[in-house]
Amino acid sequence: MADHKLTARQYGILGLVAISAPLGDAFLSRGMAKLPAISLAHPGTLIAAVFTPWVALGIVLLIGYFASYLTALSWADLTFVLPATAFGYVIVALLAHFWLGDAISIERWAGILLITMGVGSVANGPSLTERPAPVAAPEELEVEEEQVR
Amino acid sequence: MTAPGFWPACAMIAAIVLTSTTGEVLTAAAMKSIGDLDEIRARAGMKGAIRAVITCPLFFAGVFFLALSFFSLLFALNHMNLSLVAPASASLTLVTNAVAGKIFLKENVDRRRWASAVLVCIGVYLLAH
Repeated sequence: MADHKLTARQYGILGLVAISAPLGDAFLSRGMAKLPAISLAHPGTLIAAVFTPWVALGIVLLIGYFASYLTALSWADLTFVLPATAFGYVIVALLAHFWLGDAISIERWAGILLITMGVGSVANGPSLTERPAPVAAPEELEVEEEQVR
Repeated sequence: MTAPGFWPACAMIAAIVLTSTTGEVLTAAAMKSIGDLDEIRARAGMKGAIRAVITCPLFFAGVFFLALSFFSLLFALNHMNLSLVAPASASLTLVTNAVAGKIFLKENVDRRRWASAVLVCIGVYLLAH
């Protein structure tokens, strides 16, 4: 596997993928929890929920997540992107602890440690599987040789 | 909420994991076939990059399965607690994606990537449980 190193911009995109998905989910959850129970008999209230501030902000973050996730998949392997962006779970847990005062049990600290180790391990490796260059047809090679002469 | 039996619960989580893995693999294959989006955007602008994505049939196949996964998740959440569904589906999906990436996308899943997938899988389970 060749050593495909990422640029600072590409690390930034991976960071966006990691942070925007869990934050978007958290905003959606917060927005939906504030609303009264929605029944399938009144689907219009579900559409109205989209325009409440927390849910709208959550949707914007999730659109940003999907765009940056697609961009990351265009230059890195799926088996690199998924573990590398799992650090978002850790960021959300730490934010909940230091910002909202949520308690973190020993099991959760162990989870944070394991995710950090996993992310650190994969992020130090190559991001893309090296593919052999397609072999040119003999006619194409002859044309190239002609051009060189 | 009455808890479903063991096998129905397994079936619901399996449905999320399978549809999510299929969607991720198809989306990844679509993005690989399109090429580096940063380069396309530099060459053809944002419109060109969006056009490249939305004219790829594989991309829509991936989005279809990701939507199926989302509705499978909603269905499971209607029958089971989030504290069971979220960690189980998120951590299992990491492992199935590693297997599917190796088989279908021919990615070089070396020892480092296997170790990372397993560490993150256990970590997500511990963190979210």
